[in-house]
This record gives sequence, C-alpha cells and structure tokens, in this order.
Amino acid sequence: MSPVSTANSRAIYDALKAAGIRLVSALPETWLVHLIRMADDDPEMILVRLAKEEEGVGISAGAHLAGVKSAMLMQNHGFLASINGIVSCSQLYRIPLLMLISYRGEFGERDPWQTEGGGVTEDLLRALRIPFSYLDDVSHVAARIAKAQTLALSSNKPVGLLLCRDLMWEEAPRV
Amino acid sequence: MKRLDALTAIYAHLEDRIVVTIMGAVAAELQSIGHRPNFFYLQHAMGLASSMGLGIALSRPDRQVVVFDGDGSVLMNLGGLTTLARYRPRNLVHVVFDNESLLSVGGFPTATATGSDLAGIAKAAGVPRTATVETIDAFTRAFDEALAAKDLSTIVAKVEAVGPAAYVTDLSLLENRFQFQRYLRG
Repeated sequence: MSPVSTANSRAIYDALKAAGIRLVSALPETWLVHLIRMADDDPEMILVRLAKEEEGVGISAGAHLAGVKSAMLMQNHGFLASINGIVSCSQLYRIPLLMLISYRGEFGERDPWQTEGGGVTEDLLRALRIPFSYLDDVSHVAARIAKAQTLALSSNKPVGLLLCRDLMWEEAPRV
Repeated sequence: MKRLDALTAIYAHLEDRIVVTIMGAVAAELQSIGHRPNFFYLQHAMGLASSMGLGIALSRPDRQVVVFDGDGSVLMNLGGLTTLARYRPRNLVHVVFDNESLLSVGGFPTATATGSDLAGIAKAAGVPRTATVETIDAFTRAFDEALAAKDLSTIVAKVEAVGPAAYVTDLSLLENRFQFQRYLRG
C-alpha cells in the first residue's frame, strides 16, 4: 500500500468535480497517483496525460476559451517547468488557470532530489504574483478549492494550491 | 512556396473553423488577409499553440480546429506531438509552416535546416496522417484531404523564409482573446 492518502485524494477530487472541473491535465508524481486514477476512471472527466507540464497550460487555456473548466495536477518541479507558459499564455492573455501543485521538498521530505525545488516554490509563486494557499488538512479542502476556482475565474489569472505532506502522505514521520 | 500564398489559398476553408496560430509572421500574414472572430493568435508562449488547439479540440469535439504552427515552435514542444497523437483529436488539423529558420528574430536556422524532419517526427510520435508538401497545389490538396479525413493530421508545408514588413498589428492581444472566447462559446 502506498502511503499516499486515498481518502484525502478523494476529497480533493470530489472538490474539483464540485467546482465544475471537467478536464484535468497531469504528469504523474507519487502524491498524485490516486487523483490521476480517479480522473482516469471517471467517464465525466477528460484526463490529458502530458509529456511535460507546460503543455497543460496551453491545454487549459484552450479549454477555458471553449467554455470547459479545467485544472492542472503537477509536482512543484512541473510548476517550475511551466513558468514561461504561465507568464506568456495565462497571464499575458488573462486566462484563468487552477494549479494543484504537490509541494515536495518541505518539512519531512526524505528524497534528497526533491529538496531544492521545495525551497523556491513559494518565492516563485510570489514573484509571479500568483495567489496561492495550502491544502494541508482535509477539513478545508473543499472550501479552498472552491474559493481558488472562484478567484481564478473572477481575476482571469492563474491561482495555486499547494498539496502538502500533512494532507497527502499518511506514513508516520520518521527521521 | 510563400506562406502568405499558402494561407491565401486555403483562407475560404477557415470561415467556419476554429483557428489557432503561433506568433510572428503567421499571425501577421493571416491578419493581413483578413481577421475573423474565430481566429486566435498566440503571440508568445512558443510551442503551446498546438496544446491550445488540443484543449479546444477536446472541449469542442463538434467543431473542426486548425492550428497553424511553425518549425521553431514545434521544436520547442516536440513532446506535445506525442500528446496530440495520444489523444488523437479527429477534429484537429495541424499545419506546420517550416521555413527552416527563426525568421522574426534574425532568420537563424533551426534544426530543420540541417535535416530534422518534422513530419517524420510527427509520424513516429503516432500522428495518424502526416505529409510534407512543397508547392501550393500540394498544400491545398493535403489540407482539403485532412479536413475531409476527419482525423488528426500534421501537414508540414515547406515555405520560403520571407515574412511581412511588420509583425505588430492593430489587433490587441486581449481584444482578440475575448472576441475569440465569445465566438467559441456563442
């Protein structure tokens, strides 16, 4: 059994559905496995598996202009890889973009290769003036996803939700 | 073949189709022939015009989508060809104008100038219909066949490295964006 929380992944997925999301683009990452499977198993959801995350910025832009609500699921390194698209497509053209970003490299990270990206993620979101919040407890998942989507649509801009270890990972902390 | 002549030759077919172009000469030349509310020009974000086309094609399977791409842009998002092929939107025609250069920024050669074959790459990525064309007649024929085939097609049109006198037009980016959205949702 993967220590990735199935129940909390379900809460996130249900909130995306409740927010009207009908298209999800994703690149696999450990914390996203259940979310991607849920999207794949859902006949009402269009799942686009990407080769590189920046493609998802373009796909979501096209979907939005065509009237379909979408979200991107990616690791923070995928967010790093998407920045030009975010700036020169979503922001330049004022297109909403709901990004769910798994926040690897924060407290508790054991994979050495994830530790550098974690340290720059929030600074980059701020530098890009992308409003963001944290999903770190299941009690606020539904409300925060709904509010993030509301702001993305009213501002016509990208917004970020950082999927945190406390929400996504059920294994007890160890050193 | 000149890109402007190629665009002019198929312009009538674009009237009731959704069109997404890359930046630079393609956008300026299509506007010089005549802007329509169903045309969107992605004036930056190189590589993402085909991804936008995929997003639209998946969202609106009832409509045909035409993407006008370029060699420099495709080379920035080769992985996107595999994503296009994977989802195989049968309502998407992907035209790549290949002038073997980055024309608007000094004309420096791209890798297609030294033999990289974009139609071959698209075919190997899994795009079901691919072609490389070098004349207006061959281009219009390939384009007509792609529209009629109702399947994902990538047409690489070899064009001369000549462009318009000016790249900036009087259509603002946001005006284009909201007009296009209104058209798509209308």
